Amino acid sequence: MAITDLTAREMRDALRRREFSASEAAEASLAAIARLEPQVKAFLSLDGDGARRRAAEIDKRLAAGDSVGLLAGVPVAVKDNMCTADGQPTTCASRILQGWKAPYNAHVVERLAAEGAVIVGKTNLDEFAMGSSTENSAYGATRNPWALDRVPGGSSGGSAAAVAARMVPLALGSDTGGSIRQPAALCGVVGMKPTYGRVSRYGLVAFASSLDQIGPFGRTVADAALLLQAVAGEDTRDSTCVSDKDRPVPDYLASLEEPVRPLRIGLPKEFFGKGLDPGVEKVVRDALAVYERLGAKLAEVSLPHSTEYAIATYYIVATSEASSNLARYDGVHYGYRSPDHSDMIDMYMRSRAGGFGDEVKRRIMLGTYALSAGYYDAYYKKALQVRRLIRRDFEEAFKTVDCIMGPTSPTAAFRMGEKTADPLAMYLSDVFTVSCNLAAIAGLSVPCGFTGDGLPVGLQVLSDVFTEDRLLRIARMYEREVQWAARRPPVCEAAS
Amino acid sequence: MALSKQEVLKVGTLSRIRLSEAEVEKFTTQLSSILGYVDKLRELQTRDVPPLAHALPLQNVLRNDEPHPGLTTEQALAGAPEAAGDFFRVPRVLDEGASA
Repeated sequence: MAITDLTAREMRDALRRREFSASEAAEASLAAIARLEPQVKAFLSLDGDGARRRAAEIDKRLAAGDSVGLLAGVPVAVKDNMCTADGQPTTCASRILQGWKAPYNAHVVERLAAEGAVIVGKTNLDEFAMGSSTENSAYGATRNPWALDRVPGGSSGGSAAAVAARMVPLALGSDTGGSIRQPAALCGVVGMKPTYGRVSRYGLVAFASSLDQIGPFGRTVADAALLLQAVAGEDTRDSTCVSDKDRPVPDYLASLEEPVRPLRIGLPKEFFGKGLDPGVEKVVRDALAVYERLGAKLAEVSLPHSTEYAIATYYIVATSEASSNLARYDGVHYGYRSPDHSDMIDMYMRSRAGGFGDEVKRRIMLGTYALSAGYYDAYYKKALQVRRLIRRDFEEAFKTVDCIMGPTSPTAAFRMGEKTADPLAMYLSDVFTVSCNLAAIAGLSVPCGFTGDGLPVGLQVLSDVFTEDRLLRIARMYEREVQWAARRPPVCEAAS
Repeated sequence: MALSKQEVLKVGTLSRIRLSEAEVEKFTTQLSSILGYVDKLRELQTRDVPPLAHALPLQNVLRNDEPHPGLTTEQALAGAPEAAGDFFRVPRVLDEGASA
């Protein structure tokens, strides 16, 4: 079996047993990337030399019998909105940060290094994490490894595609309104958004500070658990990251194989209404039938504020926070500065006009409008009130069920260009994912089959705050019964 | 909720983003459409609902007031579009003859 067909956990264990070296694992990953990148375009930058250096260090430690970390020798990719001070740029897929070298490492990047992971490169995203298809990248779109004329989803499309195409077994993404879960679903991999506050956002370039969260991509639930284990936990540099004292990080892998019994699953009627593609619905219902066979009880629940009202809420709250967070890109201290300008204000206006793409401009302007005098109460305050209602929907539901399930995305991967003409059509891709961020609960997408066209479908599982261990166990119960992770995307077959 | 072109221009100025004629046209249509959608929140009764700005019940997360090392001047200036000595160089902010 090729090294790149191993899961991260298998790779890690094989490395510890010295079946092959970390250097060989790094070379295998870099070779896969070289072979597949011209078609998939998952990466914005690659650090082959850095990866080889890091892998050689791990090999030395393994040979000497020194302790190595959770991910020792495993190649990983990092979404390009997380700061890396290793010589690679951090661009957020924007022209405004073209070539920008971060002077510090994100907390999660430090954690990866501490656990012995070998970072091979930075992956593509929608600019500043704003989008659902990775088509908003200023550096070109990433392709879905299952169908190269289709989107990988977004905004973490590069990370999802890199894992799906077996270039790396693990990748980090970020999720503000579904940006890990939706691309995971469209690319047939596992993607998880932990509870808000579970993982430090220090060094994650901020989009919406009350919604952003970093999370893992892997081909299997165990791999996602492994990566989450490596990055979760306290960080005093992020005041919204909970302390280990308040919320200790459990051992996610230790309990993973233990089914949750009894298991009560809530199916929101709002997640199965109009707009849901029938092909996707069928695959999701087949997955739910597997849970029933395992003894789970399915019950209809209602989340009355958590689909269309949640989209409306999200596109006020997230854009408002973004208008504030992106005010720092002004051409003064770093990033693109427009060459011709008459005065300071003109410098800001031209730098931002020249550096930001359309979607970013739209969202900044929406947020600015929603927060402006005369509109603040009608838009921003109203949205925060509805956010409270959304949170209450989940609190009510979790009184009677252990988790909530449904399709992650209303459709399978759509064609490139299909939704770019109408921003609203694109926004509605997130109709099942945004409420999770607004309520700050945990959620993941696990592959649950393919449509008739051979496109992956994801099952979304949502659970209450700080219950990631149970969430992973619930996903694992299903995964154990199926073989979706064994299927390789056509692009991998064709190239070998 | 239809926005006028003047409103879009005003929002552009507040956002510090220079908009071309064509962009004003395009964004007026698109932003009006999006605002039309978010207007559906008016359907919801929220009179006694407290706003939820932050989902975690965190309050006053403080640390001891002890200095820690930060970026060096060199690191801070490393990405500067224009630097002059230890400073970021920017267009003049004050008028000629204004007192410091």
